[in-house]
Amino acid sequence: MMREKVAQAPDVTPALLALRGVGKVFSNGVTALSDVDLTIREGDFLSLLGPSGCGKSTALRLIAGLSTPTSGVLDWRGGGSLDRANIGFVFQEPTLLPWASVFDNVWLPLRLKGISRAKAAPAITEMLARVHLTGFEDAVPRELSGGMKMRVSIARAMVTKPRVLLMDEPFAALDEITRFKLNNDLLELWQDERFTVVFVTHSVFESVFLSNRVVVMAARPGRVFDELAIEAAYPRDEVFRTSPDYAALCRQASDVLVNAINSTSGGHHDGH
Amino acid sequence: MTAIDERTLKLDPEEARRVRQERFERIGRWVLPLAIMILAIWLWDRICVWKEIPQYILPRPGVVLQTLYNDAGLLFSSLLVTLRITFLSLALAVIGGVGLSVLFAQSKWVEMSFFPFAIVLQVTPIVAIFPLINIYVNNQTTKLLLCAWIVAFFPILSNTTLGLNSVDRNLRDLFKLNGATRWQQLRYLRLPAAMPYFLGGLKIAGGLSLIGAVVAEFVAGTTGQSSGLASRIIEAGYRLNAPRLFAALLLISLTGILIFLVLSLISHLILRRWHESALKQER
Repeated sequence: MMREKVAQAPDVTPALLALRGVGKVFSNGVTALSDVDLTIREGDFLSLLGPSGCGKSTALRLIAGLSTPTSGVLDWRGGGSLDRANIGFVFQEPTLLPWASVFDNVWLPLRLKGISRAKAAPAITEMLARVHLTGFEDAVPRELSGGMKMRVSIARAMVTKPRVLLMDEPFAALDEITRFKLNNDLLELWQDERFTVVFVTHSVFESVFLSNRVVVMAARPGRVFDELAIEAAYPRDEVFRTSPDYAALCRQASDVLVNAINSTSGGHHDGH
Repeated sequence: MTAIDERTLKLDPEEARRVRQERFERIGRWVLPLAIMILAIWLWDRICVWKEIPQYILPRPGVVLQTLYNDAGLLFSSLLVTLRITFLSLALAVIGGVGLSVLFAQSKWVEMSFFPFAIVLQVTPIVAIFPLINIYVNNQTTKLLLCAWIVAFFPILSNTTLGLNSVDRNLRDLFKLNGATRWQQLRYLRLPAAMPYFLGGLKIAGGLSLIGAVVAEFVAGTTGQSSGLASRIIEAGYRLNAPRLFAALLLISLTGILIFLVLSLISHLILRRWHESALKQER
């Protein structure tokens, strides 16, 4: 299986992070990731797409610095690691403090940096407006719907203005209508701010709709199987979602994903 | 639940039955236990009359109330003595229980090493330890406090420890990602997360500290130095003064119920906005 990234046009945007030969073996002997090479460029919306067990969440945790690689290196801009303040993380669940209001939940990352509530207020208010939660400042998480909780979670991740936003299947638990809406809003946010996104998902449709690069991963051992460039222009909206182009891209990505899944069940395939 | 106005709402038989059921439960929750209680007291009174039981064996409820009123000065001053021990020991149990659990939360090693001691203290009957305390401690108040504390602190310690250790893993990662210090993690994450557990422990400890105080007085009070409610009970027992004995008992149970209600109210006020246990049932 060939990697299409070789055939891509030479990179004009600078690399933000390069994973070189990155592997992760857990203490129970499971190889979660094996020899992953991946370059993330500044401003990328990159999806890690794959079946469960392909190590996509592990890769995300490695990038976040929540876990260390067994082998290989993570090369941030050619050396040194990125300041943690420059990373925002969105979990699969909203992961909010249940006792704190929406406002205080978004305040949290700033609070941990010693910024007072009053000083943080403008940034929080602006961020809540960006995720369409104005008026819900004083609500506590249990009073919100699943989609709104996820919006709070995104606002909290973005309030520090991170350069990289890492998202671990953030919309997997939401209903389709809510998911579409959040997809649109996330893209809007991304286009305004042009941060870099690494988005873990197992949905072909979601990855194609959102990203400019889809990296397909395979399981046992977790590895990069192939990469697709999604060259459709932004902004992408509901028109794009129903276009033949989108359908064709989804089919293409879906075929690659099927190959990736088959490569696991039918004999060993190392992807090189 | 918001009140439903059935007159304006056309309800099918099933929903109408549900509304009736809810109304019945709402009223029944108060009326039923009250009615049973009144019935029991009335029966108690009748049995005393029918069987012509003498007052020094089983006084009639009216006599108990009369005694409570007549001996109010004596009984309430004793109650104050007992309450002082109760609340002091509860306060110490909160400080000791929370303090120790925070210490335990700092390291698995500390918890593994010292938790067994707490269990030993908990499972050994206080009445059996008291003679030792009696030898080592001279001050009467300290003796009683120590006793009540040993009984009351364990539920707070064990619940708060559990709470501090049951923080959502992702939230822990989030704090780590944002470079939170140990102190920040404790202050903004683990302590608030442990709050429902702590309050559950507090409710148990409230009752236990009263029991601890009374038991300690019992063991200590045989010498006649104590002036708490327990010594009133012992004294009344010696004199076959059953009405006063009953009055003192009544006072102790009422105090216990009051402590429980107050602690429940505090717990509800703190948790009402976010914790499942404090939320009204929703359909």
